[in-house]
Amino acid sequence: MSLTPSELDKVRSILGREPNQTETGIFTVMWSEHCSYKSSRLHLKKLPTKGDRVLVGPGENAGIIDIGASESGERYAVAFKIESHNHPSFIEPFQGAATGVGGILRDIFTMGARPIAVMDAIRFGPLDDPECGDRNRRILEGVVSGIAHYGNCFGVPTVGGETVFEACYNGNPLVNVFALGVFRVDDIFFGRASGIGNPVIYVGAKTGRDGIHGASMASAEFTEESKQKRPNVQVGDPFMEKLLLEACLEAMRTGAIVGIQDMGAAGLTCSTCEMGSRAGTGVEIDLALVPQRETGMSPYDIMLSESQERMLLVADKGREGEVFAVFRKWGLDAVTIGAVTGDGKLRVKDHGRVVAEIPNRELADEAPLYDRPHNVAPYRPAPMAAPEFASHNLEADLLALVGSGDLCSKRWIWQQYDYMVRTNTIAGPGGDAAIVRIKETGQSIAMSLDGNARYCALSPREGARLMVAECCRNLATVGATPVAATNNLNFGNPERPEIMAQLVDAIEGMSEACRHFETPITGGNVSLYNETLGEAIWPTPVMGIVGLMKTAPPVTIPFKAEGRTVLLLGGLGAADLTRFGGTQYAKVVLKKMWGLPPALDLDYEKRVQSAIRQVVNEGFAESAHDLSDGGLAVALAECTVNGIGAAIEISADLRPELALFHEGPSRILVSTADPQAVEQIARIHGVDAVRLGVTMKERLRIDLRSVTLVDCPVGRLREVWANALESQLALQHV
Amino acid sequence: MRIGVVVFPGSNCDHDACYAVSHNLGHQAEYIWHDSTSLGNVDAVILPGGFSYGDYLRCGAIAKFSPVMGAVRKFAQDGGLVLGICNGFQVLVECGLLPGALLRNRDLKFVCRTVTLRVETTNTPFTSGAQRGQLLRIPVAHGEGCYYADDRTLAELKAEDRVVLRYVDNPNGSLDDIAGICSAGRNVMGLMPHPERAADPLMGSTDGRVILESMLTSLATHTFSPPQALIA
Repeated sequence: MSLTPSELDKVRSILGREPNQTETGIFTVMWSEHCSYKSSRLHLKKLPTKGDRVLVGPGENAGIIDIGASESGERYAVAFKIESHNHPSFIEPFQGAATGVGGILRDIFTMGARPIAVMDAIRFGPLDDPECGDRNRRILEGVVSGIAHYGNCFGVPTVGGETVFEACYNGNPLVNVFALGVFRVDDIFFGRASGIGNPVIYVGAKTGRDGIHGASMASAEFTEESKQKRPNVQVGDPFMEKLLLEACLEAMRTGAIVGIQDMGAAGLTCSTCEMGSRAGTGVEIDLALVPQRETGMSPYDIMLSESQERMLLVADKGREGEVFAVFRKWGLDAVTIGAVTGDGKLRVKDHGRVVAEIPNRELADEAPLYDRPHNVAPYRPAPMAAPEFASHNLEADLLALVGSGDLCSKRWIWQQYDYMVRTNTIAGPGGDAAIVRIKETGQSIAMSLDGNARYCALSPREGARLMVAECCRNLATVGATPVAATNNLNFGNPERPEIMAQLVDAIEGMSEACRHFETPITGGNVSLYNETLGEAIWPTPVMGIVGLMKTAPPVTIPFKAEGRTVLLLGGLGAADLTRFGGTQYAKVVLKKMWGLPPALDLDYEKRVQSAIRQVVNEGFAESAHDLSDGGLAVALAECTVNGIGAAIEISADLRPELALFHEGPSRILVSTADPQAVEQIARIHGVDAVRLGVTMKERLRIDLRSVTLVDCPVGRLREVWANALESQLALQHV
Repeated sequence: MRIGVVVFPGSNCDHDACYAVSHNLGHQAEYIWHDSTSLGNVDAVILPGGFSYGDYLRCGAIAKFSPVMGAVRKFAQDGGLVLGICNGFQVLVECGLLPGALLRNRDLKFVCRTVTLRVETTNTPFTSGAQRGQLLRIPVAHGEGCYYADDRTLAELKAEDRVVLRYVDNPNGSLDDIAGICSAGRNVMGLMPHPERAADPLMGSTDGRVILESMLTSLATHTFSPPQALIA
């Protein structure tokens, strides 16, 4: 890991001399892809970031939106963000995932918010992969138990997420963690080292040698040697983090804290120079004062350590005692290690001797900016033309789909997470969107994480638009209005133009859709160099969108009663063979990929979402479920898991495989006792509402133009759906 | 009534217990910090769920030595009502206020889901408002909830009608499906499930209320009074 020759020249011109070893290390991490976004920054500027509710946008530790006032008139806000921990989770799945959770939680509470929800988007190679299956199962089990270990002990509910399996993640699993916290608007804190002469205080865990150069590691491809990078992975202690949370929130209430920032990627280096840069000040620290858990650590080690559960804060001079008292109460180290200065420089001393002196602003904000070449077509791993195919048994195809890795029940995973702690979870894992109530204001926050690398591999631009639409549709389906978003961009090596073109197209597609749905992006994370031995993952943007809704009993996926009308809001949708190549049917049944993702009409999608929101909020939907992976038949099967089936008649003029399994967007299944009311609402919004049939006892029957294609006991569907993941995991014991 | 909820470093269901008592049931709830040697003026004590002291060494093993547990032990010995939920149950067992031990779950994994419990006795201040045989839907969330006791202890628990709750669908391998037990004096109860998570209709079940309400009613009707000697 090192600076390029031109970057080193830039360092020389900033310093006016040769950097020493510590300074070189500091520049290397701060100017790493992970910390500086040097390849993506130019294009991230295209994303919409402003909106009526946005209080804090990108650039801070987390984005913040206004969620309205409590009964007593106090304004409340939520802080939220998503971040990746992909590389560490491959090297050491348990600790990699655990510290991923720890890192994003600190980003939330460093702003003053109490974390109230976590979601995870995790991606692995297939569990039954002939070559990598063993390793994939081990990584999955490690990642899930790491997330459970950290979140459960910290006391934040893990309320949802997604789990996807593709061969492109065999050598490069993805772990993207989203967290959300709530607080009063008046209680927002920033990472700013303001007030010359104010003390700079180090709190939390002691510094060790773990995680040195973690940020730089996360900015490189994997090679055979990567397995030896285990020392670059940090070790998490959720108990320490819980204490740190309580102590920080209590210390903030004293009024003695001026600014605060967690030590995450690039540790002490990043927190000092960023806090100084934001405030336009200098920061001077002496490393001899830093609590250390090992002896003989060099200035380089201390500045670059990524030991977990540490925070840096600046207090009002003279009021340090109040801060120390709080941390003493919680049994945590809190030590003054330096002071804010007026010269704009990060000055690092070791026992009084200056070991590094770098201007904060140039270090933190003037990292190199690269306009990487991207004037080529994005790399596509699939042909455009559809293969010949004809199904012999559509019912068997449906069973194969509901038992496939992406579509089967993920209960085995989410049952290991405490998804209820804090008693706010109105809708937990397994639904279209999670819902968490805000006790203070009487309303609720809905949230959804979505990504679809298969679509993005076929067309990054269309895939990204579909992802935003689906994420917003998930929120609308539970009755929420989407208001803001965070994104995690997982891509390969941006120095390859065909990969850079994927990134640029995805950002532009996402940008267009986010503008359309009025969901500004308030922050996020870019994870590049997701390649192992020269093989890049498919372009995998992941979106986390937050919506607002009134607090009420949730409308959930399963059918609730027999004899109810089943409607498809949005209509049967359009499909053709070319746009069938990215579906789960193509993946699971045909084991192929081709063509383009489903077509999306953003205007129509938005109207469908408005309609379902009204249907749900006016109480006409007994159940609601949006169509996505697997299309209509899979969505119907998912509606039957509580034992109520349906008799369905599809009139579409499509061949059977497409009629059942095409993944055209803008469609939501509703069961209702009042179909006229739903149709009336659909008319108002100018969207179709097709009556498909009636719910009934025990069986799911699907007819296409009077030919029965599926007639299956719902118990059989449920059994396959519910047990698939566990039986795939059990392969290793055979 | 005033219910004291003990806060150990690492407790994380303290807030939920307080909220259920105050917002859902309309009584007073207050936090008691772990280094306090007095319980103040409370009528009953809840040891909440969480990971006290990080659950280092063994769940509840370090909490046993915290200053507040001296006061809780005295309160219990003098007949005060003590309810240990999840980690609180583990602490009570470590302290010897309840017999047996809580081991790693049978499948070695943390489990969070709503389970069905059967009320085995109403002869406790925590179940006096329930019916014997009543089924309750209450969530569990734990990694070490597998109840174990030696043969003699188990026989004693059964003979003295001290198995208060059993799992209908045992999620953790607990001996004899035991989900909750009480002390010989019947004033100390520990259970792995979380009644405070089933006290609000929005959370999907209100079956946990009968446990908290029984406790509050027992206090109100002086069936079980707080120890006079301890009231300031």
